[in-house]
Amino acid sequence: MTLKHILSAVAALAVAGGAMAAGADLGNTQQQATNWTAIVMFAAFVGFTLYITKLAAAKTKSAADFYTGGGGITGFQNGLAIAGDYMSAASFLGISGLVFANGFDGLIFSIGWLVGWPVITFLMAERLRNLGKFTFADVASYRFSQTPVRVFAASASLVIVAFYMIAQMVGAGQLIKVLFGLEYMYAEILVGIVMLMYVLFGGMTATTWVQIIKACMLLGGATFMAVAVLLQFGFSPEALFTKAVEVHSKKDAIMGPGALIKDPISAISVGMALMFGTAGLPHILMRFFTVPNAKEARKSVAWATTWIGYFYILTFIIGFGAITNLIQNPGDFYVGGEIAKGLKGGGNMAAVHLSKAVGGDLFLGFISAVAFATILAVVAGLTLSGASAVSHDLYASVFNKGCSSEQELRVSKIATICLGALAIFLGIAFEKQNVAYMVMLAFTIACSSNFPVLFMSVLWKNCTTKGAVTGGFVGLILAAVLTIGSASVWEAVMGNPKGSAWFPYNSAAIFSMSAAFFTIWLVSILDNSAQAKKERALYPSQQLRSETGLGASGASGH
Amino acid sequence: MQDVLDRVTSNPKFHEFIAMRSRYGIIMSIISAAAYYGFILLVAYDKEFLAAKLGAGMTTSVGVPMGVGVIVFTILLTWIYVRRANTEFDTTNENIIKEAQK
Repeated sequence: MTLKHILSAVAALAVAGGAMAAGADLGNTQQQATNWTAIVMFAAFVGFTLYITKLAAAKTKSAADFYTGGGGITGFQNGLAIAGDYMSAASFLGISGLVFANGFDGLIFSIGWLVGWPVITFLMAERLRNLGKFTFADVASYRFSQTPVRVFAASASLVIVAFYMIAQMVGAGQLIKVLFGLEYMYAEILVGIVMLMYVLFGGMTATTWVQIIKACMLLGGATFMAVAVLLQFGFSPEALFTKAVEVHSKKDAIMGPGALIKDPISAISVGMALMFGTAGLPHILMRFFTVPNAKEARKSVAWATTWIGYFYILTFIIGFGAITNLIQNPGDFYVGGEIAKGLKGGGNMAAVHLSKAVGGDLFLGFISAVAFATILAVVAGLTLSGASAVSHDLYASVFNKGCSSEQELRVSKIATICLGALAIFLGIAFEKQNVAYMVMLAFTIACSSNFPVLFMSVLWKNCTTKGAVTGGFVGLILAAVLTIGSASVWEAVMGNPKGSAWFPYNSAAIFSMSAAFFTIWLVSILDNSAQAKKERALYPSQQLRSETGLGASGASGH
Repeated sequence: MQDVLDRVTSNPKFHEFIAMRSRYGIIMSIISAAAYYGFILLVAYDKEFLAAKLGAGMTTSVGVPMGVGVIVFTILLTWIYVRRANTEFDTTNENIIKEAQK
């Protein structure tokens, strides 16, 4: 990475939408020397998690075990697993890198990723748990006609999973070049195969435990780094900030907001995508069905929010610690020992270099292994949610109604293998592409399709199948089309001349989500068919179940 | 089972209860959204305020405790809701169901 690269990367970060999406992108990295400590530690992690998978495999006999791990996971465990799904390698490395480059802006950015959780807690968690069984489509189709709702839910879920997955797979390839000194291709095949073993043999039980272990390692490692940094300054944040301002090239500017937010419409729109998109991500929603009841479902979101919030505070300290530790030792951490040439491995490696500065080679190996394990676990979760959409929503509810649990389980395993192969293929196909916008696009689609459909079907009695499905598809298509028209895709990815982007904002959410809600409302009130009347008449019994849990699927009866 | 369901649905206490709980959830959502958007609007319109120092001769800016405050506030709000829902709301819920089963 040359200074020009770093500067252009920082400039890209400074644009609000670009910055919001950049947390998920690790950019193009350069291969480093082979890091054996990291490889050994990662191998130990994989060995241990595969052993757990073997234990879980003995218990994964029915489709229910595969989707929900039998429903016997506690709220605390599930909270850790949800946090694990949400704390990706990109958010750890990307946000600490953003703090390292811009200071305070990194904090603003990270807060955005937390605000979706209260909304899920207050409005969705227990209703989801009470109405759902395996996938969120169970919730939306409680009183609606199965086929259209399931087809919609599966399409939206697969599109969201695909975009999220590409970003993770490309990130895995870039990371393995820097952290382990191995080739891009190895990362794709390694992630694909290990992840397949977790999901295929261990189903939800293994996927959840991998996620819990990884979350503990990530939180533990990040805590150690933050404490080590604070220790250097006698636990005085003031002393840490003073030193950082002294050594950082931007001086005092790192203590205030920079250019992260330009126009308020984009800022509000990005906020909406993050706030409501979280409540529409299939791999997050499926975690509500692994706990036995609504009480545990609520507890799991509260724990998830706690861990995620704590993690973002840690990344802020880690970013500042990187400023004070790395800039003064350019010989160890910068290309050619010159600050002007940028950090070795790129700007997102700030946290990784800091781990070496505070904990030596052994801790560097640990953090590298954790960063890679993180991607592995997130991809496993995504694959499982994609496979459930295919086997439960499409196969068992549309194409082969009344199939046996064994048949459904077999289809879910075939779907898992196909998704694994697809993940490897997409990871390789997108190696040289700019995928920075993809996670944000996944959030925008989630808040414009899954979220409005879920929200309206559960809370509005006049909502009908026609309204929900039409509105959901309108939101899905509009979110994708408007994102393509924004500068970050139209110009930066598709190579059209600067200024030619026909959608002026950085995020489509405010328009696509409103359009979805409006369409659901309009089509529903215009729908006077006999079917619509039947669906409205079913609302009281749905409400009874969603609010009280009477008749909800229990843990064992899953 | 069906008459239990009917009795719960026809119980005015049930409707009062879910209306109250939904209202509480919506109010809490509005509070958390207001905290977030309030912070973002400050970032958009009053950067100087956030960059101002906490005290004379200090480096820490107002924005740092405010930003960390938004995170901590979000976590607290979530726990306040879950606490109340898991005790008070669940008890009321169970009572309504028990009453219908008599």
